[in-house]
Amino acid sequence: MTTETTETAGSAPATPPARPSLLSRLPVLKQLRQSVGLQRGMLVTGLSLTAIFILVAAFAPLIAPYGFAQLRDASGPFGAQQPPSAAHIMGTTVGGYDVFSRVIWGAQTAILVIVIAVVFSIIAGILLGVVSGYLGGWLDRVLVVIGDAIYAFPSLLLAIVLSIVISGGQSSLWGGIFAAALSITVVFIPQYYRVIRAETIRIKAEPFVESAKMLGASTPRIMFRHVLRNATRTLPIIFTLNASEALLTLAGLGFLGFGIEPTAAAEWGYDLNKALSDVTSGIWWTALYPGLAIVLAVLGITLVGESMNDLADPRLRGRKRVKAVAGAPSATSVDTTLPSDVEIREENA
Amino acid sequence: MSTVNTTNSGGGPRGDRQPKADPRGTGPVVTIDDLAISFATDAGAVRAVDGVSLTVNRGEVLAIVGESGSGKSVTAKSILGLLPETATTSGAIVLSNRAGTATNDVVTLSQGQLRAVRGSDVSMVFQEPSTALNPVFTVGWQIAEGLRAHSGQRLSKAEAKREAIEILRKVGIPDPETRVDHYPHQFSGGQKQRVVIAAALVLNPGLIVADEPTTALDVTVQAEILELLRRLRDEFGTAIVLITHNMGVVADLADRVVVMYQGKVVEEADAATLFADPQADYTKRLLAAVPRIGQGRVRTEERARQRALRTDEHTAAGTNEETVVEASHLTIEYPGRFGRKGFRAVNDVSFRIGAGEVLGLVGESGSGKTTIGRAIGGLTRISGGSLKVLGFEMLDFSERRFKPLRADIGFVFQDPAASFNPLLTIADAVAEPLIIHGRAANPAGARKRVDELLEAVQLPKSYGDRFPHELSGGQRQRASLARGLALEPKLLIADEPTSALDVSVQAKVLELFAELQLELGFAALFISHDLAVIDVLADRIAVLYHGALVEEGTGAEVLDHPKNAYTKRLLASLPVPDPVQQAERRRLLAALESAPTSGEPASMG
Repeated sequence: MTTETTETAGSAPATPPARPSLLSRLPVLKQLRQSVGLQRGMLVTGLSLTAIFILVAAFAPLIAPYGFAQLRDASGPFGAQQPPSAAHIMGTTVGGYDVFSRVIWGAQTAILVIVIAVVFSIIAGILLGVVSGYLGGWLDRVLVVIGDAIYAFPSLLLAIVLSIVISGGQSSLWGGIFAAALSITVVFIPQYYRVIRAETIRIKAEPFVESAKMLGASTPRIMFRHVLRNATRTLPIIFTLNASEALLTLAGLGFLGFGIEPTAAAEWGYDLNKALSDVTSGIWWTALYPGLAIVLAVLGITLVGESMNDLADPRLRGRKRVKAVAGAPSATSVDTTLPSDVEIREENA
Repeated sequence: MSTVNTTNSGGGPRGDRQPKADPRGTGPVVTIDDLAISFATDAGAVRAVDGVSLTVNRGEVLAIVGESGSGKSVTAKSILGLLPETATTSGAIVLSNRAGTATNDVVTLSQGQLRAVRGSDVSMVFQEPSTALNPVFTVGWQIAEGLRAHSGQRLSKAEAKREAIEILRKVGIPDPETRVDHYPHQFSGGQKQRVVIAAALVLNPGLIVADEPTTALDVTVQAEILELLRRLRDEFGTAIVLITHNMGVVADLADRVVVMYQGKVVEEADAATLFADPQADYTKRLLAAVPRIGQGRVRTEERARQRALRTDEHTAAGTNEETVVEASHLTIEYPGRFGRKGFRAVNDVSFRIGAGEVLGLVGESGSGKTTIGRAIGGLTRISGGSLKVLGFEMLDFSERRFKPLRADIGFVFQDPAASFNPLLTIADAVAEPLIIHGRAANPAGARKRVDELLEAVQLPKSYGDRFPHELSGGQRQRASLARGLALEPKLLIADEPTSALDVSVQAKVLELFAELQLELGFAALFISHDLAVIDVLADRIAVLYHGALVEEGTGAEVLDHPKNAYTKRLLASLPVPDPVQQAERRRLLAALESAPTSGEPASMG
């Protein structure tokens, strides 16, 4: 039982109909409890992969044996394109970096870029979506056209242009991360904007919004107290799906050479790019591990997103079969011996 | 009927169908034995049907009544094997074909076998005719769909169309040769339901399951559909399982009645016996809760007397009695699409609501009653005439100047589930008006008043901490009433506040409404499609028809001595929960229909 239920139980003998504990109402955990069978398998796999990804990023300095830009240690230079050995378990790259270390450090860069990109695009997208959906009129039309125009560009091309504009050729750690993150942000804002706008337009017609209007609530109050919170329900799902897309865009940028310099941070896309020529000469380790890292991270986040998407929809959600004569009948209204009626009478007596 | 059978003789699950069997046949058409159904839900297993046994005889109408959650719909749907995947069924449902030559246990049939049985042995009429028909196909095509599904050899287009025309004629669609090629949107609601019934009838099943077939329809159209269902039984010998919560409909149509409560059958009897002498406690309470015309008369007369006293005081003191709402020649138009004429929802309507007076606004869907309510609340702009709300002329409306007046207007919406923000607790929602109008700084500060309000509407204070979805429909509507009354308004607008509720809950909410009105003395505009509900509460009743006010007066005037032809028909169409009285009213309605009256609105059915 949570604090909430105990509070109400303290003020009245009646406990509300079994409110689930706070822990199980958190977005991901709630879905995990609901899931069964294959859906649970997908969700658990996704969650484990994502958890590993996050842990690796958080503890990169402890896990990685070398720095991401380290070329030599006490015993001298690493050497270029060395096959996997005890000192370098995933070998070294053409530039002489340790592959294992760069894969580990790369997770950190990836997470930073994902978080910054998604947070920025969520904030901007939600604000624009609510305002434009609720107010409508010319503002709405202009924003929709801009959103569509951004959609019309190939997103990677847009990200390239923006990364050139934002970073201006510099490539410090944060400069590079922000350049990558913001260029992804611009591509994602229309997605959030559209979802939130569509939800807002739907919610605008709900009786509870009309009821607020009837009471004379001001427009900002309706927008932010009544509409906004109801419009953000689908966000965790888009959030996870977008996170994997952000990761892919970052890798794409790096692969095309618009990412972060190897001396500023480790980045999987960049390493893949540098490994291109290795593949044809039989050097598999420089391409395999960064590629695998990208695949697993994207797979993990996507699995979480997809299974949450399924679980959020009662029609797609799987349930355990029940026995024929199982469960209690649900309460009907006419019975005066209904628990709630007894409560009411006791309370009012 | 015979044509239907011959074309279908090759199809069906059993080719040995005998087309000329006695329509009444022998033996029951369906026997349900110890049926139990449970559903898997997120909250664990829920038992919907618990050991139900019943039989339906050939050519009889069996009504299954009960309130929402009683398991009546689930029982009926299980006859067609139409339950969702999450359901688990035990027991037996033995369904016989029309000729009585073969029986099947629906519970054990495979999907393929079920498909063969559906449509030919048993079919279904749904609640909402506008969603039961596919908008992109002609009605003829949809009716023939059943024939195509069940005919082994290819059915020629001309043949299918001929069948469809034939069946449309039988369900009373005028000019079926043309109408067969029309799309669903070209039919009115009642005609759509006729088409749905035609589609159910096309394979001439021995049993039709009708799940709330008239709930979505206006009361005058309902009478026509009930007449059609009666004809199915009498002329086609089709047995009907009628699912309904409306006791009037039961009294009108049913031969036998099964009362369900919490998944169990609590009473089973002839319609006449059940209404005259109900045995089970639950049945008695259910019947007592049905509003009847004339029930609130005493109370409204008492109120009118008190008001007359007040008015006398006013005249003695030289002051005028306050008018809360005054409409004169009110017109409301919705703008049409570019280049098209707008739709006139309200046309030249005049009425007045005095302080402390309850005006009941009654009319069918599309009559403009909700539009008037919304216009008074400032949600819809008026386009002509004059509408004065608390002295404010709505013709030159401005939200800024009207806002202070909103504190004096309470609103109760139709659907209590949707009119609460799902993310706010009940206490927060009830506190909203107090905060908006500056009576409290935050929900915590308003809590004392909120608790008072919850008590006033007979909800425990602790319910304030719950979220809307944790309350039942009736409790939510009480909370909605608390919110509407939070600022002690001079005027309360209630738009169909009980139409989403079960009948017993409706009775309690109406009683509460009447008590609070008496206590707080607010004026009210009570909008409903149900004359009986209006009569319980209203001092005066205004009848709307197609945007025009056709009759206005006290309950006694309008309901006992209606002058307008439409009011008469509305009144006669309202089924009463008494089979004997209802048969009488049916004759009256038939006489009214056949009598050619000038200005009589065209039948919608």
